[in-house]
Amino acid sequence: MTVPEVTVPEVTAHRLGLIAEIPVGEGRAYAVGSEQVAVFRLRDGTLRAMQAICPHAGGPLADGHTDATTVICPLHNHVFALADGACTNGDYTVRVFPVRDENGQVVIDI
Amino acid sequence: MQELIVVGNGMAGARVVEEILARGGGQRFRITMFGDEPYGNYNRIMLSHVLAGEGTDEIYLNPVEWYADNDVTLHAGVRVVRIDRFARKVFADDGTVLGYDKLIIATGSRTFFPPMEGMWVDDRTLTPGVFGFRTMDDTTAMLSYARGRRSAVVIGGGLLGLEAAYGLGRHGLDVRVVQSGPVLMNQQLDADAGAILRRVVEGLGISVQTGQRPSAIRSAGAVTGVVFGDGTAIDTEMVVVTAGIRPNVGLGVVSGLTVERAIVVDDQMRSVDDPDIYVVGECAQHRGQVYGLVAPLWEQTGVLADHITATDPAAAYHGSRNATKLKVAGVDLASMGIPGPERSDDEFVQFRQPHRGIYKSVVVRDGRLVGATLLGDVEKVAFLTQSFDRGLPLPEQRIELLFTLGGPEQAQGAAEMDDSVQVCNCNGVAKGELVGCVRDGTKSVTGVMAATRAGKGCGSCKSLVAQIVEWAADGAVEVEESASWYVSSIPLDKPALIEAVRARGLRSVSAVFDALAPQGEDAGSKMALASLLRTVWGRDYLDERDARFINDRVHANIQRDGTFSVVPRMSGGVTTAAELRRIADVADKFTIPMIKVTGGQRIDLLGVRKQDLPAVWAELDMPSGYAYGKSMRTVKTCVGTDFCRYGLGDSTQLGIDIEERYKGLESPAKMKLAVAGCPRNCSEAMVKDIGLVAVGEDRWEVYVGGAAGASVRKGDVLAVVTGRAEAMALTGRFMQYYRENARWLERTYDFVPRVGLEELTAILVEDRDGVVTGLDERMQASVEAYSDPWLEGGEPVTTGQFHDSLPLLPLPQVPVRDGTASPSGAGATV
Repeated sequence: MTVPEVTVPEVTAHRLGLIAEIPVGEGRAYAVGSEQVAVFRLRDGTLRAMQAICPHAGGPLADGHTDATTVICPLHNHVFALADGACTNGDYTVRVFPVRDENGQVVIDI
Repeated sequence: MQELIVVGNGMAGARVVEEILARGGGQRFRITMFGDEPYGNYNRIMLSHVLAGEGTDEIYLNPVEWYADNDVTLHAGVRVVRIDRFARKVFADDGTVLGYDKLIIATGSRTFFPPMEGMWVDDRTLTPGVFGFRTMDDTTAMLSYARGRRSAVVIGGGLLGLEAAYGLGRHGLDVRVVQSGPVLMNQQLDADAGAILRRVVEGLGISVQTGQRPSAIRSAGAVTGVVFGDGTAIDTEMVVVTAGIRPNVGLGVVSGLTVERAIVVDDQMRSVDDPDIYVVGECAQHRGQVYGLVAPLWEQTGVLADHITATDPAAAYHGSRNATKLKVAGVDLASMGIPGPERSDDEFVQFRQPHRGIYKSVVVRDGRLVGATLLGDVEKVAFLTQSFDRGLPLPEQRIELLFTLGGPEQAQGAAEMDDSVQVCNCNGVAKGELVGCVRDGTKSVTGVMAATRAGKGCGSCKSLVAQIVEWAADGAVEVEESASWYVSSIPLDKPALIEAVRARGLRSVSAVFDALAPQGEDAGSKMALASLLRTVWGRDYLDERDARFINDRVHANIQRDGTFSVVPRMSGGVTTAAELRRIADVADKFTIPMIKVTGGQRIDLLGVRKQDLPAVWAELDMPSGYAYGKSMRTVKTCVGTDFCRYGLGDSTQLGIDIEERYKGLESPAKMKLAVAGCPRNCSEAMVKDIGLVAVGEDRWEVYVGGAAGASVRKGDVLAVVTGRAEAMALTGRFMQYYRENARWLERTYDFVPRVGLEELTAILVEDRDGVVTGLDERMQASVEAYSDPWLEGGEPVTTGQFHDSLPLLPLPQVPVRDGTASPSGAGATV
């Protein structure tokens, strides 16, 4: 019996800044290496992160409206699930990243 | 030359001869006609007008000379009693015997006299004072008998009965219509329509009695009364019987033709027993139908003539659709097809307004009009008749079959559109995608809009999207209860939501979600709620920045590449050299990709990076023009009286004053205003959300609900007011009413027709509901709560308010224009 080969992508933790710099319910965008990332601080305090650019027409997702589960692109109202990046009204997906609060700091694994 | 004999000289007989002659039948046939009335040919339809004394000039269709002129031999007053089909001869009651090659039977029908005691003196003679209403003789006899009489009873409340009653009423008789069933004109109308017609008819002074069957006519030499089945009786000097007609089929029966309700014919209008005998009109039965109206006659005679003259040997009659109008002055009634739904999937749209005598309904089956009734308002009759006759595609908003709606019009029906036609231009959604979405199981308009994003851009295609969804769902559209909700996450319409917000003191968007939204926070509802709370609470609104749309967070309009456009306020479109210099300097300093004059008479600096916004505002040193919000945008003006030699009012100053006073007010959708100094309308005030037009002597027309964007609509004149102060006040009052009552993103061009101009006038101008003071006060509070948002540039409200959201992209991505290239395709704002 052979075990299938699993490739684990290399992940690095990045410290992006203070959580307090993201207003409650809003998002802010960060450059992480060559990646642009939008980090959202939800109204219940949860952090979420995904790619900053909408795959539809390049809209800035960090400028979108959020609730507990979704963000809406401000350009054409595509709705993306914060958990897995799936679009509920279009055939798109965005990458999502693990993000956490470490002593008031936003830390993301990319 | 063949012998053609036409039995019957009524409308059918004469018409068919005309049609045959028109096809060159005069060369083919020697034509002989028999008519048992001693006249030329007349238009039976007009007898109602003759009875009513409304002129008889046009009643004769063909005078006696016409027959001679066309080499037609007419035997007037002669009745054909038998046909010998094997010898091909007809026998008339005056002894005439004539041979034929082709024969046409057009004997029509006669009045049906229901069996009633006292109706007849003998087998052929009616009791004096009893009349049918079918022929010229009937009509003239009735007219001469009615002279000096005071009362008449009409038995039968159908079309003909009402026309008879009206006609006799015009001669001063007290007329009572007796209908044994419960509904007037029950052949054409359902109970609702019949009840409204009854009110209208009674309004003409005709009394109506339903539900009682007359059983006998009382007489003493002449009519004295009518007795009913229950023994009651009414006195009357005259009785007109209009209880139906019976086809004259005796000739067919004695000649051995197949007769059921009438003489049975094939699609070429030939007797099914004899290819040389044609039958046309009310004595013909085609596919089980016997028609008693005139329109089918025209179709039948056309087919018959085509066939008999061999003009079109393949001509075939496929049956007619019944349509009729009541010919009673002051009563507009048109009916066609069936009065109500008959199958479970028939669509039925009905409108009743009894006190105005208005009833309208349509029945739609498989997307085709199969019935319509219009009483009291026949504005739509031409359109409906056409749709009914030709089976044209119908507007999917079925209500448009009954009313001309304001607002956006759709030139094309949903059914006719090709699948590839783009419906939503903003989001690039074609008809096919909408249809696919419906086929995949989403059967509500809102559901399809959410799934495809159609209608989610400028919104102007929403009604077309709705039409297509309805068409694709084949009538099985699910109306979501949520359609009336102000936002999808809270099950309340706008008035109820405002009430709840006020009653529970909910001052922030998060408080509203906590208190009223079953599922809690909803991203898509935030902007609408923020707008509503700001309108309700004004200065006391608890602003949560995340509830704002990005445009309202940074007070600029986001562009396709994530840059923003900056439009400073330039009230009334009036600027100064100093302002222009500053704008030019800012454009240079920040390398503004494009400077554009907007349609709203302002200057737009496009392609500004988010992080540059505060500096741009600071250097401009001008207030925000709100070109980014769902708010009062701009007031266009013309040069009015100061410079224009035609100006009737100082439109420039009034425009500036309005813009200064109502600047930045949030509203359900953007508001664009204009003021024109005369009706030449140079500032296009008549197609603005609110437009003021000077008409001289300091008077201003106040237009509301105009549009010249994705929809084009001329505004309605809400009022003509005197003085600029009045004009300003009414402008503000309308705005406040719109702010408090319009649905989210409902432009005034939809709002005004929805509420209705009369209603708006009553509320805002006449103060019918006593709400004017409150509206004015709340508007004043909103005005006082204003502060220029561009002041936030110096002191950001949140950390990183103007932080770049696409940090690795060199912005602007849009092309930088130096003014030498010809611009194209840029999205402009005002």
